[in-house]
Amino acid sequence: MVAAQQDTRPQAHITVRDLTMAYGDFVVMRDLNFDVNRGDVFIIMGGSGCGKSTLLKQMIGLRAPAKGDIAYEGVSFWKSTEEVQNRLKRSFGVTFQQGALWSSLTLAENVMLPLGEYTDLGAAEMRDVASLKLALVGLAGFEEFYPSEISGGMQKRAALARAIALDPDILFFDEPSAGLDPISSRRLDELILELRDSLGATIVVVTHELASIFTIANNSVFLDAETRTMTTTGDPKVLRTESPDPKVRAFLNRGEA
Amino acid sequence: MTALDDTTRAHGEVRFEQPSPDTLQLSFTGSWRLQDHRPPAAGFEQQLASAPGSRRVTLLSTELGAWDSGLVTYLARVVTLCRERSIEVDASGLPEGARRLLELAFAVPPKKDTGKHGEQPPAVTRIGMTVLDLWRGMPEMIRFIGEATQSLGRFLTGRAQYRLSDLLLVIQDAGPSALPIVSIISFLVGLIVAYMGAVQLAQFGAQIYIADLVAIGMVREMGALMTGIIMAGRTGAAFAAQLGTMQVNEEIDAFKTMGIAPMDFLVLPRMLALILMMPLLTLYSGIVGMLAGLTVAIIVFDIGLFEYYQQTVRALDLRQFAVGVSKGTVYGILIAIAGCLRGMQCGRSAQAVGQATTSAVVTSIVFIVIAASVLTILFQQLGI
Repeated sequence: MVAAQQDTRPQAHITVRDLTMAYGDFVVMRDLNFDVNRGDVFIIMGGSGCGKSTLLKQMIGLRAPAKGDIAYEGVSFWKSTEEVQNRLKRSFGVTFQQGALWSSLTLAENVMLPLGEYTDLGAAEMRDVASLKLALVGLAGFEEFYPSEISGGMQKRAALARAIALDPDILFFDEPSAGLDPISSRRLDELILELRDSLGATIVVVTHELASIFTIANNSVFLDAETRTMTTTGDPKVLRTESPDPKVRAFLNRGEA
Repeated sequence: MTALDDTTRAHGEVRFEQPSPDTLQLSFTGSWRLQDHRPPAAGFEQQLASAPGSRRVTLLSTELGAWDSGLVTYLARVVTLCRERSIEVDASGLPEGARRLLELAFAVPPKKDTGKHGEQPPAVTRIGMTVLDLWRGMPEMIRFIGEATQSLGRFLTGRAQYRLSDLLLVIQDAGPSALPIVSIISFLVGLIVAYMGAVQLAQFGAQIYIADLVAIGMVREMGALMTGIIMAGRTGAAFAAQLGTMQVNEEIDAFKTMGIAPMDFLVLPRMLALILMMPLLTLYSGIVGMLAGLTVAIIVFDIGLFEYYQQTVRALDLRQFAVGVSKGTVYGILIAIAGCLRGMQCGRSAQAVGQATTSAVVTSIVFIVIAASVLTILFQQLGI
């Protein structure tokens, strides 16, 4: 069905085809088909518990799908060897819902760990890169702090600094603004856009913060918990008024459609 | 920007020129990615030093190839050095992405004087501070013991808030589940005591006294001690890790705000479980130890089963059991206190949970050994 159109379109950065996600026999979502283009800020939206985070886990290679595949610039992820998967994973930057900074390492060490693993930079240069990444997220001077010594908003930004340590092609965010005040959340949105423009990365965000969705997104997919599949994909600003699906309109208008 | 999967290592270079006496011009050429060969920023510092009249630095990138953080790190260093010397930087010749990243990096001024990780204080100061910390920790420990006692009091009068199912679960964990490891260790210790003792006793032809040695040694002393040390490593550590993780997740705060005393709900069942289970495990350990002694006696030293039994019964009386069991109970209380105390004191990070667990085991073992010495001397003096 949708797969037939695939060849006529220009190659997208991320292509999701016939994806079915399940925990054991319990199917979370089925028949997901969508594309994310290079430079998109792509939102995965849907009500609580509909499988947004599960979809993200499959996209970053943490959980295998029950059926279907995800490809990055035409390179299949789940049908590839571990070596190819690791190469693909290295082009991802991920920030987790809780930040997931390594609590026994300082912020600088958190950023330096992936650098140490995947580059052959010297110690001094790694420190410089780590300082730069922390400066990019507005945390210059916090190199020697431990994650437990800074606020929640700062932890999220530090996690972002770690995610961009290896200059990723794709940045994944799981609920970036959860638990942040409106101003911090807005600053983070601006930072995401700024990084997209300067790094030239593709951005995939799981969120249901409407304010954030309308500020940053230019593409999205809506997961429907009831029918267990996606309903629409497209720019949320357009879907808000023009989606044929009343559920999507209701979601994007806080139920006041 | 390219990912780091490229195995070809290219070269990046920077050319320094001085188009006018007060201007230093940097032209970046070649590939400036993290995995490429790039000149260090120290080169720029030398150039600046050799041209002290510079008031302006121009950055050009007309022949620049691929770039990523490798370039931006260099540029950030250049901007920092120029700012320190109040030299103007003209970044308009850079790729737009790099220019924006530079702006972003310097948008928030670095936090200065964070008071972090300065010089280490001298050794004497550190020793003093450690001792003071230990001293300040004392009231906390005493308060904890006091609160635990109050909680036990509430339990005895039936006013404590706890769930029976929790208590049973902890009992299952601290009792029956510990049987395999207690069996193995007790059997081997019994074996060692019997064998070591018998070799000495055989020199006097008194092998039959293995029975006395093993019976009194295991029932009175070693059974309780070994069980205590096993339970400290097994259950004490588990208590500290459980409560520590709850502390990290703010679960303990949640109890407090609901008006439920964590002492009753979390600490009390754990203490009760160990107070109830430790005497039984001690008794069990003594019996397994004696079986090991019997095995050695029969197989290695040719002593008859009945003979050994007779000798054991003669050696033991109720007092020996009472001493062993009471020691076991005391160790149980100490393990529960150390495990729960360290868990409740836990900080709010994964590392803190590790420290709490380690500290719980160390504290319990120290407590146990001190208590063992004190009780042994006490019982001897009392003639029990």
